[in-house]
Amino acid sequence: MLTFIIRRLFAAVGLLLVVTLITFWIFYILPLWAGQTSQSLAASYVGKQQNPAALHAVIVQFGFDKPLLVQYFDYVKGIVVGRPYSDGVQIVQCNAPCFGYSFKNYEQVWPTLLNRAPVTLSIAIGAGVLWLVFGVLSGVISAVRKGSIADRTSMGIALAGVALPVYFVGPLLEALTGKWSTVYVSFAANPLQWANSLLIPWIALAFGYAALYTRLTRAGMLDALNEDFVRTARAKGLGERKVLFKHALRSAITPIITIFGMDLGTVLGGAVLLEVTFSLPGLGYLAITSIQGQDFPMVMGVTLIAAFFIVIANIVVDVFYAIADPRVRLS
Amino acid sequence: MSGRHGKPEQPPNQDQVRGERPVSDYPASEQAMSERAASDRAMSDHDIVEYEYPSRPRGAGRAFLDVRDLAVHFQTEDGLVRSVDGISFQVERGRTLGIVGESGSGKSVTSLSLLGLHKRPDRRGRGGARLSGEIWLDGEELVSMSPEKLQALRGDKMAMIFQDPLSAMHPYYTVGTQIAEAYLVHNKVSKSVARKRAIEMLDRVGIPQPNSRVDDYPHQFSGGMRQRAMIAMSLVCNPQLLIADEPTTALDVTVQAQILDLMRDLQREFNSALIIITHDLGVVAELADEIMVMYGGKAIEYGPAKTVFTSPEHPYTWGLLGSMPRLDRAVQDRLLPIPGNPPSMINVPSGCAFHPRCAFAELTGGRSSNEVPELVATARDHLVRCHLQPDQRRRLFAEQIAPHL
Repeated sequence: MLTFIIRRLFAAVGLLLVVTLITFWIFYILPLWAGQTSQSLAASYVGKQQNPAALHAVIVQFGFDKPLLVQYFDYVKGIVVGRPYSDGVQIVQCNAPCFGYSFKNYEQVWPTLLNRAPVTLSIAIGAGVLWLVFGVLSGVISAVRKGSIADRTSMGIALAGVALPVYFVGPLLEALTGKWSTVYVSFAANPLQWANSLLIPWIALAFGYAALYTRLTRAGMLDALNEDFVRTARAKGLGERKVLFKHALRSAITPIITIFGMDLGTVLGGAVLLEVTFSLPGLGYLAITSIQGQDFPMVMGVTLIAAFFIVIANIVVDVFYAIADPRVRLS
Repeated sequence: MSGRHGKPEQPPNQDQVRGERPVSDYPASEQAMSERAASDRAMSDHDIVEYEYPSRPRGAGRAFLDVRDLAVHFQTEDGLVRSVDGISFQVERGRTLGIVGESGSGKSVTSLSLLGLHKRPDRRGRGGARLSGEIWLDGEELVSMSPEKLQALRGDKMAMIFQDPLSAMHPYYTVGTQIAEAYLVHNKVSKSVARKRAIEMLDRVGIPQPNSRVDDYPHQFSGGMRQRAMIAMSLVCNPQLLIADEPTTALDVTVQAQILDLMRDLQREFNSALIIITHDLGVVAELADEIMVMYGGKAIEYGPAKTVFTSPEHPYTWGLLGSMPRLDRAVQDRLLPIPGNPPSMINVPSGCAFHPRCAFAELTGGRSSNEVPELVATARDHLVRCHLQPDQRRRLFAEQIAPHL
């Protein structure tokens, strides 16, 4: 188990390196291929004073004058050990992990990411709990009472949930509650207000996922209820509740938890639509504003963080599966 | 329902067919009919039933397991499926009944209905299985019993061994946990006591090093060991009725014999009534005291194992025997498979359900396809459901079938 985890962590580092390579290629090499030059790249950062000296200063700051391989190496080196940066006025030491310096906001990327991460984390945790609990519960009820009114109702709602985007559900909830603005309050400041401020975004995000999980759970439970071992459990004389939860749900929920891990990893990388809908200053919102502002170092930082969460979620899910299902051997 | 004891083999909806039947054609059946009529008159629900069935000693009270006119119907979108259509049998403690038939003959449905494992219809009466008839277990009637009481009996007084132990055991729980769970449901003991009991049972069914194997998962057991564990699980509460549904079908041939031996030993030890459901005549030959052959949801031949094997009278039973490979037969003789397929349980063939596949159907002058035959006594303890005359059957068997078996 431990060797498996260690090996997977090494593989994860490799994978993340590949991600840096690709993002670097997209943001620094692809524009050159498309006809941009270091001058024109730098020009977008200079603003109104398009004189050669200013342009040159920016080129040096970014390192556009160096060979591409060196640029990439500097970038990775910054993440691993840190590197010095010129912010135009003075040389600043950017400590590891250094994802670069945003010349749009005049701030380092990593502290900004750290600053935004709690918002996204709050969204992911609250919404994740909601959609897992409600999705699985309504899925179980649907499966057990297959064909009943409860089943049809929850399947109908689930269909709506899958079909309706978060930017529709969000404002709808706001209209229904009359609470039109969402101001994020950090958990450390006031847990109660934190939950209160995020409740509507949580529900908005959880709705779509819960719908999906309801359908998954229902299908899984229906399969499980037809399994021979469930019949065996009944033949032992177990009560219906034990048959359902200890035997049927136990086997139906394992793949659902797996998908949950992956989904949570994705949301942790930034719930873009939700954060934009509610103007929540999380990683997703940061990604959108950075893309709009062509803030390449910031976009790369957000992309890497998102990739990091997904890779970690993958490892966690694999380990979980090995613990949950004794037939799975990690190798 | 006052007449239900009297005509246990006949679901009510076929009464009209039965009414047309010229009783006088059959001396043997007439005798059976008059016996039935006599018992019909004498009986009420609480009476001791005197009835011509092989497995119980004459004159004793109701048999330990006494199934009467059991029918299991499923309402589906395609129509009513009569999976089991009026069967009756008895099993005493210490005795073994073998139920034999092809896939879809209703044998597994029968066994599941004994334990009440069929889904019940919902409040509006849709879906699920509709049971009628009676199942008496040790003086208690199970068909009309409340689900809660039935649940208390399940796994305790009656238990079941399933066909494929790999899929019948939960993959996420250890073998010991699953056996202990079966014990804990019916006994108020601590978990450690239940675990000790599980180890004891694993030891009893011949699992080596039960102390360590108890913590293994089912997939870590071999096929034979899994079936042993399954048997341990069903025996953990000392059930008085044990139903084994194809207990050896999923096993290697070498292991099959071991499992059968084990089941026979355990049956003696616990003095339980045993029902073996199988399509393998070799298995019933090994274990059964009585045999009931099922076809199309009905019993078509029922009698002591020896009689059914040595002088079978139903053409379907002949077909089953002819399909059994044997080493002591000359190699150039081909097996005698039964042509065709088991009948659809929605559109059961008219008359005798077996007539489309029966080589001797024309000898009955069309009655096979028009009239549902009765299950009647052809000899003492030997019941056959066939339109052929008893002496005709015996002659056919002796002349055409026996030489090829």
